[in-house]
Amino acid sequence: MRPYLGLFRRELLLAFRQGGEIGLALGFFVLAVVLFPLGVGPEAEMLRRIGPGIIWVAALLAAVLSLDRLFAADYADGGLDLLALSAMPLEGAAVAKCAAHWVTTGLPITLVSPFLGLLVDMDWYSISILIIGLLLGTPALSLLGGIAAALTLGARRPGVLTSLIVLPLYLPVLIFGAGAVEAGIAGGGARAHLLLLGALSLAALPLAPWATAAALRQALD
Amino acid sequence: MLTRLANPARFMRLSGALVLPLAVAAAVVLAIGLYLALFVAPPDYQQGETVKIMFVHVPAAWMALLVYFVVAVASGVALVWKHPLAEIAAQQAAPLGAAFTLVCLVTGSLWGRPMWGTWWAWDARMTSVLVLFFLYLGYIALVNAFDDMGRGSRAGSVLALVGVVNLPIIKFSVDWWNTLHQSESVFRAGGPTIDPSMLWPLLIMAVGYLLLFQTLLLVRMRAALNERKARALRLAAPQRRIAPPAAAAPHAAMKALR
Repeated sequence: MRPYLGLFRRELLLAFRQGGEIGLALGFFVLAVVLFPLGVGPEAEMLRRIGPGIIWVAALLAAVLSLDRLFAADYADGGLDLLALSAMPLEGAAVAKCAAHWVTTGLPITLVSPFLGLLVDMDWYSISILIIGLLLGTPALSLLGGIAAALTLGARRPGVLTSLIVLPLYLPVLIFGAGAVEAGIAGGGARAHLLLLGALSLAALPLAPWATAAALRQALD
Repeated sequence: MLTRLANPARFMRLSGALVLPLAVAAAVVLAIGLYLALFVAPPDYQQGETVKIMFVHVPAAWMALLVYFVVAVASGVALVWKHPLAEIAAQQAAPLGAAFTLVCLVTGSLWGRPMWGTWWAWDARMTSVLVLFFLYLGYIALVNAFDDMGRGSRAGSVLALVGVVNLPIIKFSVDWWNTLHQSESVFRAGGPTIDPSMLWPLLIMAVGYLLLFQTLLLVRMRAALNERKARALRLAAPQRRIAPPAAAAPHAAMKALR
């Protein structure tokens, strides 16, 4: 357990000390949500309908943009080679890194989302479903994002390529997350969507690190 | 049998013999299928003649899914057994699959306008096929994104396997969500519900599309192998120019030493 906690702690320290990592993802998230009312108009009725979708899309984009710091820095300076040579399985290293990514991206997004829900005039019931949905769905975003980040190591233009690869994988999370709020507003069908969101995250927990480790091994060859 | 075909030279001989017969078969079957579809199959009682788009749209959809499965299986074979031709097969099949998906989406859109009154609807099946199209594009982009071709091939193999979870979602999407798109008429428990006069042209068109895919895949794989050979020769050419032919080299070296 100690190596995983050690790696997790290292990732968190790097994120906090390199200044603004969390702030950047959060700032982009808030800014993206703020753009929509400016673009579609401030009418509260309409914002309430599209609000959950906007917040989920912005969360997805913020997660995608923060993926490039998951493995790229370690790949460039050789830390990834050391991780691969260590006794810790690469799958475990992937889980630790994705968990740290979630703490620095998914968790802040979830905590800030109620305030953004107020910006788009959502009621408290919808906001509560939104928070639960983000809590259940953002781990899947970090885990699936790890696969894409590992696949694009050493590629030309890794940022755009990562987005192109990972967004189709993120779509079920988006559909169920935004659908949960819609179903809750329409009449209490949110539980099924939220359960499926949780299922996606739980299914990604063993499977995504396996694929991530395979991709990392190929990158290190 | 797969290991016998692993030798690129043997594969080139075999595929060279197969390409022309496959192409002829594809042309013949497609011609028969199109004749049956356009002139023999009856018009739908509700849709009239526009139902004939089905004979182009549905086989393209089947091929789009099948080719992704081919790409995924070939990628799996490449990752597990390191079969030398599996990666080439996957990379050459992917653009064909993307083309079939695009044909499916466009013909579906053209069919939807007279039938449903809309060019597009965001129901589960259409969304999943659109996602499949982006999975193809992502795979093609990833494979071509590296300066080192081997790295690109290996990364693409992993991505193809990860994306294959999308296939069951497409297949059962119309069962899981109540949607605008027609539910399964052919591949369902209890047998097809579609009338034989429409079923047979549909199946013949599907076979024609399959033969077309096989022809194009073999042609593309042969082209890819020739391209690799040409690149290898081009890279080796400067070394052959600098070093004179082997028979003369020892003699010239001895003369230089004296």
